[in-house]
Amino acid sequence: MRKRLAGLAALLGVFSLGGGVARAENITFWTWRQEDKGAYNKLFAEFTTAHPGIHVRFRAFPPAQYQTIVSTALAGGKGPDVLHTRAYGGLEQLATPGYLVELTPQNDPELANLPASARAALAVRSTGKIYSFAFSSQTLGILVNRQILAAAKVPEPGTWAEFIAACKAIKAAGKICIANGTATGWMDEVLAGDLTGPMLGKQFFKDVVAGKTTFKDPAYTAALGRLLALRPYMPPGYTGIDYPTAQQLFLSGRAAMFIGGSWEIANFRRQNPKLAMDFMAPPAPAANRPRLVSTFYDGGYAVVHASKHQQAALALVRFMGTKTFGDQLGAMLGDVSPIKGVKLADPTLAKVAAMASESVPYIMAVSFRYENPTGSELLQGALQKMFAGSMTPEQVGATVTEGIARYYKPFQGK
Amino acid sequence: MTRRRPLPPKVRRGLWVACLLAPAAAVMTLFVVVPVLGAFADAFRSFQGPRPTGWVGLANLRDVLFVAPYAAATWRALGHNIVVLLSLMVVQNGLAYLIAFALLKALPGHRVHQVIVFLPVVLSAIVVGILWKLLLNPIFGAVNETLALIGIQGLPWLGDARTALGSIIAANAWHWMGFPALIFLAAMQRIPREALEAARIDGATDRVLLARIIWPLVAPATTIVVVLTFIGSFNWFELPYVMTGLEGSPGGATDVLGLLFYRTAFGAVSSGLEDFGHGSALAVLMFVVVAAVSAVALRVLRAREIEL
Repeated sequence: MRKRLAGLAALLGVFSLGGGVARAENITFWTWRQEDKGAYNKLFAEFTTAHPGIHVRFRAFPPAQYQTIVSTALAGGKGPDVLHTRAYGGLEQLATPGYLVELTPQNDPELANLPASARAALAVRSTGKIYSFAFSSQTLGILVNRQILAAAKVPEPGTWAEFIAACKAIKAAGKICIANGTATGWMDEVLAGDLTGPMLGKQFFKDVVAGKTTFKDPAYTAALGRLLALRPYMPPGYTGIDYPTAQQLFLSGRAAMFIGGSWEIANFRRQNPKLAMDFMAPPAPAANRPRLVSTFYDGGYAVVHASKHQQAALALVRFMGTKTFGDQLGAMLGDVSPIKGVKLADPTLAKVAAMASESVPYIMAVSFRYENPTGSELLQGALQKMFAGSMTPEQVGATVTEGIARYYKPFQGK
Repeated sequence: MTRRRPLPPKVRRGLWVACLLAPAAAVMTLFVVVPVLGAFADAFRSFQGPRPTGWVGLANLRDVLFVAPYAAATWRALGHNIVVLLSLMVVQNGLAYLIAFALLKALPGHRVHQVIVFLPVVLSAIVVGILWKLLLNPIFGAVNETLALIGIQGLPWLGDARTALGSIIAANAWHWMGFPALIFLAAMQRIPREALEAARIDGATDRVLLARIIWPLVAPATTIVVVLTFIGSFNWFELPYVMTGLEGSPGGATDVLGLLFYRTAFGAVSSGLEDFGHGSALAVLMFVVVAAVSAVALRVLRAREIEL
């Protein structure tokens, strides 16, 4: 009898071990990008082929509520196994309290595929530890309707003076030159970051981050002041034009240019495939200066610390760090993956990637979105007032500097 | 064998009432009392992301009330809430009172008008917000297109700091006017016909009737309308959120306490970070203001009510 029981126990042991090897693991991936569902499910199917037994469930939440939903879930010990995280301050808020697994060269050798700036964007500043794998690099620039430019006999403007002249010609031809309005705060920051980047140059960004200068610097306020010259070329009632209206003006061919970023390319193509759209770098302040684009990282993929399937989740994040994944992300979603050696078949995306190699950081997102009030928060409201004429560029600079000075010592007393 | 003495009727009734109330009380405790107490506790804590890191006493409350740049935003938002309250009280409730009187007169077609006046109330605030945002769009909007027909160049209603808050208040009045109108109408219909007819025989005009006879007699309805308008104005969120965004654009011209609280506590995708400590401090302030003023208003307004 004892022998039979021992045999049964051994058999059960073998079965349970076998079960451990072949047992299916279901892991969940949370994101704010509902529109990417089809592409991600296709990529996850490939992952499952490479990792039999691990199935990934895609779950998307509205972008505006995403961070709140994630925070609440993680604080309650729940949440997914793999998470789409924001970069910079948004990541620190989740990583510092210990909700995410640290990614190291040991558990995620694919980190070596990323440039240093991408690793830094998804790291906690105080420790330098990385918690998320950067998924997309974004480049600020100008989306142009080539057809309108050709009809107005306007070549691509390379300098600020040419840009203003082009707008004048386009307006004379009966079209709106710039689709953007100022009713959506974050788009105002994009517009300002996009166009002031080449005016300020790389040194200004280094100096302001080092605390050698502030946003009261005459160079910064002068650059903001130049933006006011755009007002006659924006849509009528531009202070009431929000982001969706601006998009529609551009997509419907009523406006020649949309000052935005590379994230719009795929979306605009989907909405109007016939649009003769191109992406160009912002104009240089003068003929002898470079047309620098501004760049930042959108976010990354992270493993949740409370996950019961950490190894499977790490395997997925490693898969998302491969060149093959990056290639497909570009091909299917129009995202410019920061993974080294990624091939972009789309000529516009390839152009964007080439522009991004010589760039300045999108300053507020990269350096002043870590504490409240963030530089973005301060700048966005102030820019709306500046475009409406109720604030001067100098007042904008002072508002931003004094707000940031609350937690940023180099700005205090300046 | 001893027989159990039956419980006194008062106790039995009390137990019965307690049994009936228990489910509702449990739900209220779980979904209202516990979160409110949680928000109270969070107002005295500091946070790192969603995780509390320690107790900070009154620091969060002090920051949102007296320390720059939080204080400026709080007082500006509070000021806007007061403007909203006063405007809605005058425009929305004033017009509702006049409409109720017009409906009371039972003019031809009054039943259709009653439905028309009440119809927007059943729409969701999100739908109303989107609808008015489209109507007020400076380029595609029907308002400016109509003005253009008569040679007037419309304004960017929601993009101009001088008109943005007023535009949302107008949308709110359009949405909710039917509700106070119905409350006033019901109250007016309770007034004995003889009282109104006697006043008419004495030569009272509509104006006199509205100001001297009906107004004091609809005091209980006024109490409800005033208190609900106050609570609604201080919890204003959906309409400004949909029409001008979480930042209270342009440049904070439509920022109210509800938006400020949400933005502070939960952050915004492309600008702010989560800050549950300061957000909870704002929530507590809003709760205290609404509860205290509502209690005082109820006491004051009830004192002027007349039993019919």
